[in-house]
Amino acid sequence: MKLEGKVWRYGDNIDTDVIIPARYLNTFDPKELAKHCMVDIDESFAPNVKEGDIMVGGRNFGCGSSREHAPVAIKASGIPVVIAASFARIFYRNGINIGLPLLEIGDAVEKIKAGDQLRVDTATGTIEDLTTGDVFHAHPLPGFVQDIAKAGGLINYIKSQKD
Amino acid sequence: MGMTMSEKILAKHAGLDSVKAGQLVTCELDMVLANDITAPPSIAKFEEIGCPVFDNTKIALVPDHFQPAKDIKSAELAKTVRDFAHKHKIVNYFEQGRVGIEHVILPEKGIVAPGMLTIGADSHTCTYGAVNGFATGVGSTDLGAAMATGKAWFKVPEAIKVNLTGEKPANINGKDVILTLIGMIGVDGALYKSLEFAGPGVKALTMTDRLTISNMAIEAGGKAGIFPFDEVTKAYVDGRVTKPYEPVAADDDAEYCREVDINLSELKPVVAFPHLPGNTKRVEEIKEPIEIDQVIIGSCTNGRLEDMEIAASILKGHKIADRVRCIVIPGSPAIYKESMKRGYIDVFIDAGCAVSTPTCGPCLGGYMGIMAAGERCVSTTNRNFRGRMGHVDSEVYLAGPHVAAASAILGRIATPEEVQ
Repeated sequence: MKLEGKVWRYGDNIDTDVIIPARYLNTFDPKELAKHCMVDIDESFAPNVKEGDIMVGGRNFGCGSSREHAPVAIKASGIPVVIAASFARIFYRNGINIGLPLLEIGDAVEKIKAGDQLRVDTATGTIEDLTTGDVFHAHPLPGFVQDIAKAGGLINYIKSQKD
Repeated sequence: MGMTMSEKILAKHAGLDSVKAGQLVTCELDMVLANDITAPPSIAKFEEIGCPVFDNTKIALVPDHFQPAKDIKSAELAKTVRDFAHKHKIVNYFEQGRVGIEHVILPEKGIVAPGMLTIGADSHTCTYGAVNGFATGVGSTDLGAAMATGKAWFKVPEAIKVNLTGEKPANINGKDVILTLIGMIGVDGALYKSLEFAGPGVKALTMTDRLTISNMAIEAGGKAGIFPFDEVTKAYVDGRVTKPYEPVAADDDAEYCREVDINLSELKPVVAFPHLPGNTKRVEEIKEPIEIDQVIIGSCTNGRLEDMEIAASILKGHKIADRVRCIVIPGSPAIYKESMKRGYIDVFIDAGCAVSTPTCGPCLGGYMGIMAAGERCVSTTNRNFRGRMGHVDSEVYLAGPHVAAASAILGRIATPEEVQ
């Protein structure tokens, strides 16, 4: 999948409590969750995010609670891919499982700034920063995890195995 | 090359003689767990697959987060779980009045055992490493798929060996050990890795200490936090676990990516400052008094009988500071009842605490202790992220039940020695 979009930039240790605070977890409707995404650290995100914008974070993105509501809220906000130095492991699994591509590029992520325009090829993991001209390469997904991602998530993958 | 405890459990459940860190494996699961927040989306995913549950004795559904229902939407979530549990005859479903905090009741009732492989749609599922199992948190899609297939994929984690030495001093408990460790290695120090505890200091730790320590492995990014099986484990699981179980031990030549040493004799009471569990400081190092508004004693980290005992021993004969509210939440009906029998509940109420039936409520800012802007809480829970317990401008300081109780009396963060 080839994507192009503007960067929403966040820092290290962005936890799932700030991605979607627990006070909104009495529903799992993606549209409802998206309305409150990132509210505790960035009130401007939910009202201003555009379909196709890209979220970029630092180290340990998505740490904390296992709530799948967090990647669901990001995805339902119109964000098609998240890039970070590293991801917390449950968030990483959840991203793969719900079909939200997550690209890990280590400390090189420091070069990507808020508002930069990125072109991303999720199949090859190549990221071009059109604003600065920098190019990054994400670590590829291992083995059959790639098949889960290609199927668009775990449920589709299991269904395809059943057929 | 030998194997770590994690490698042994994953190899066995993958049907392999051996596995190595980094290898991808598909494993048969012994137990899959969800709560009232994570079960409903898991059930939706399960229903998309469209087949029966893989085994109604290997699923645990524990409505503990927003229950007894805090609002109509939470009541709908609980109803979804309840209807599913009855329809599929889920053996380990717990109704209000019989329910406790998930990571308190699963070990307490012997539902998790040594050598078992458990996944749970709750990040603190890693708690069961304390009883020598491999247990890790997942999201609702993994959980929904597991309820249908009984399987999950894993990347075999590298392991960090935590060598424990020395004797545990009085006024030190599991919370001081794990907060010290997270302070040393950082909140992503064990990212994608398992923490494996070893050394002569292990025997000094009670099962309550171990459950607290394993519970917070995730706060260092860890996939699991596993203790070896010993006499303490055996004494705890005997009489609780009714099925045969197979403990695992690490091989002498197992490979670790890192070793960390902690001398228990040198530990002091520790508190984690806002807004990360790794922002640790010894309480005695705090120079300016940090005044507080609320204290929470409970949760999957510190809601066990021994935690109640520690809190009661410090609160006995004291009053909670005038401007502080102290909320005590025994983690299960059995703990509540035993605390009552032993007089702890009398101590709490006489001191001026509010005592609640089991719930996760305040830990995640659900209900039963939400904070206003500018308020501060000393909490025996596991996370102090921004806004975790209420208003985005409130603050949570993490500590053990000893520091929490002493702080409740003095109205500021304090060591237990200050009131003893």
